[in-house]
Amino acid sequence: MEQMVNIFLYGKKYEVPSNLTIMKAMEYAGYKLVRGCGCRNGFCGACATIYRIKGDRELKACLACQTKVENDMYIATLPFFPLVKEVYDIEKVKPTEQIMMQLYPEIYACIGCNACTKACTQGLNVMQYIAYAQRGEYEKCAEESFDCVMCGVCSSRCPAGISHPQVAMLARRLNGKYLAPGCGHLEARVKEIQDGTFQELLENLMQKPIEELKELYNNREIEK
Amino acid sequence: MYHDEKMLESIRKVEANREKNTTLEPRRMTAEEKETLLATFHPDYIESEFRTLVIGPNKGEKVPIELSELLQAHSRVKDLKIDLETPDYDVDVLIIGGGGAGSSAAIEAHEKGANVMIVTKLRIGDANTMMAEGGIQAADKPNDSPAIHYVDALGGGHFANKPELLYRLVTEAPEAIQWLSNLGVEFDKAPDGTMITTHGGGTSRKRMHAAKDYSGAEIMRTLRDEVLNRQIPVVDFTSAIELILDEDGKAAGAVLQNMETGEILVARAKTVIIATGGCGRLHYQGFPTSNHYGATADGLILGYRVGAKLLYADTLQYHPTGAAFPEQIFGALVTEKVRSLGAKLINCEGEVFMHPLETRDVSAASIIRECKERGKGVQTPEGQGVWLDTPMIELKNGEGTIEKRIPAMMRMFGKYGIDIRKEPILVYPTLHYQNGGLAISADNMTNVENLFVAGEAVGGIHGRNRLMGNSLLDIIVFGRSAGKNAADKAKSVTLKKLTLAHVDAFEKEIAKAGIETETVSPKLLPDYTRK
Repeated sequence: MEQMVNIFLYGKKYEVPSNLTIMKAMEYAGYKLVRGCGCRNGFCGACATIYRIKGDRELKACLACQTKVENDMYIATLPFFPLVKEVYDIEKVKPTEQIMMQLYPEIYACIGCNACTKACTQGLNVMQYIAYAQRGEYEKCAEESFDCVMCGVCSSRCPAGISHPQVAMLARRLNGKYLAPGCGHLEARVKEIQDGTFQELLENLMQKPIEELKELYNNREIEK
Repeated sequence: MYHDEKMLESIRKVEANREKNTTLEPRRMTAEEKETLLATFHPDYIESEFRTLVIGPNKGEKVPIELSELLQAHSRVKDLKIDLETPDYDVDVLIIGGGGAGSSAAIEAHEKGANVMIVTKLRIGDANTMMAEGGIQAADKPNDSPAIHYVDALGGGHFANKPELLYRLVTEAPEAIQWLSNLGVEFDKAPDGTMITTHGGGTSRKRMHAAKDYSGAEIMRTLRDEVLNRQIPVVDFTSAIELILDEDGKAAGAVLQNMETGEILVARAKTVIIATGGCGRLHYQGFPTSNHYGATADGLILGYRVGAKLLYADTLQYHPTGAAFPEQIFGALVTEKVRSLGAKLINCEGEVFMHPLETRDVSAASIIRECKERGKGVQTPEGQGVWLDTPMIELKNGEGTIEKRIPAMMRMFGKYGIDIRKEPILVYPTLHYQNGGLAISADNMTNVENLFVAGEAVGGIHGRNRLMGNSLLDIIVFGRSAGKNAADKAKSVTLKKLTLAHVDAFEKEIAKAGIETETVSPKLLPDYTRK
């Protein structure tokens, strides 16, 4: 026998099995989703959802695909949130403090309420990564924000109107492109390929009969 | 946290053998052993699950039943009156699909100065790319070479890969990594800049580059940001429901439909790129899937109806390690990187039953055999599974490795009270990847003039089985070139009058073949509402 719970989708009551995620509970109730459903595995941020358990003062946020229903759960999905995404040329920006001041000056209006961190569906320390961004510490901002799925719940709770996921996105790109150490072996290999170093070897391989290729494959040395 | 007494009893056996099993180096299977195993236990070899196509360019070939149903179905535009003379959009390059391949193509077409537009049925970035966890291959280390990469992928693909496509995949791989780095993708690196690379199943060199276990997400969000920075138009929540040809039979656009309002729109284009991804949501043979909500093989349907040929549409990849427990994440991907880092597959008796890094088809078949034939699986509410002993990772590489290298996995199971640093997890194969797809030549074009394909919708790059890390690679390599080639080609195209005559012709073929069906395709989205 399935155990059932009562949930309230946009205020309307449905009885659903207690073992379902919020997303599957909506489908059980009869919703055919278009908005608010993406990867269904916790990576895309499409199914940001806010909920309150009846009698509880605290408003909670989660990803609908990663959260089990509870009895007396009042649920509203947040399939879109108007984040501010500033346009920039990655080739022209520099990883200095000025770029944040220029593109996302509202981060300096953070009042330190920590509502973003409390709301994060990924459990990230959002306010901390904004603090790093304010100081131009993009490597730290990138690391702290790395697991962000850009669902936008943090921004929905922010009194300063900060678009945290977009700030972090910029910081990560600046870090990846300008601050992370360059990669010598990668550059060397790209050059070798451009110089045609492997071309003959590969063309020979492409012409070999399958039996010979099988020999090669089955007896190849595998790095430990 | 596990509560089931039988599971707990089995975990105790896993724990008792953990130290011994961690250092064990299991032997790899011989070529003959692999062949027998696949023929007996791999889902691709179950004849009754396939059907022979009776119409279209691949008439006489077999494909999964669910796909044949859609390939030989009615068009969504069959009874609609559509005005092709006054298109709502008029562009050089139309890209159908907003995942990794579509976005890469858009960036490169834009770089070439083309007027390019993306149309996607959900949002840009809602794609399997976003969910790829483990990494991306490229032979850029001194002990490696594109030739070694070639042989690995060829053997893994059962020697069926198209040589001209595989050549491009391996030789353009290092440049793909460089391109992504220059866009700001954060690859895992040592302090001196050396890429931190690992093995994947079937690789002979450690060439798996990663961004923790968010590799695809990191790539996808960066590509999306770049598309938005370039202000390339993205028409979201809009599906392509039929391709449009011109009177010469060349691709010339698509009929679009707003997913929310149902409004029909027409896009005219000089060249069209199909970048619609895979098919996991068709749930072949009843398997769960690790795929995105929109993975319904739409591009294959669109292409097939205009006469584009499919290649290897009968080969699917079942990822060996889908989550088998808890039921809330049933079928979700457990990245191969978990095994790359040292976790082994263990049966209910606590025994290592295979080398953890065989190719995916072999690993999946081996897990199915362990459960179905040998009776050494662990019972779960949804069926069976085997253990993937994650605590071995920290035993082998030290404490903190899991949090640093596979944080998404730690989080996914942590939400259900399972600490993968201390407890093993249960896995079983899940439908993961469409090895086959639309056939292309080395310039990304199908046999239909001006119709290009990139990404998972392509067939032939990976032969009959893809290696881990070669899909993120192919969406970049072939996505980029599709964009460049389609933009170049568009310069010399003069469109003739647009037509949907191929739809009528296809309907006639359906009738002539005596197919009785009420199915319309493409499917667009699965239906999970309770019946």
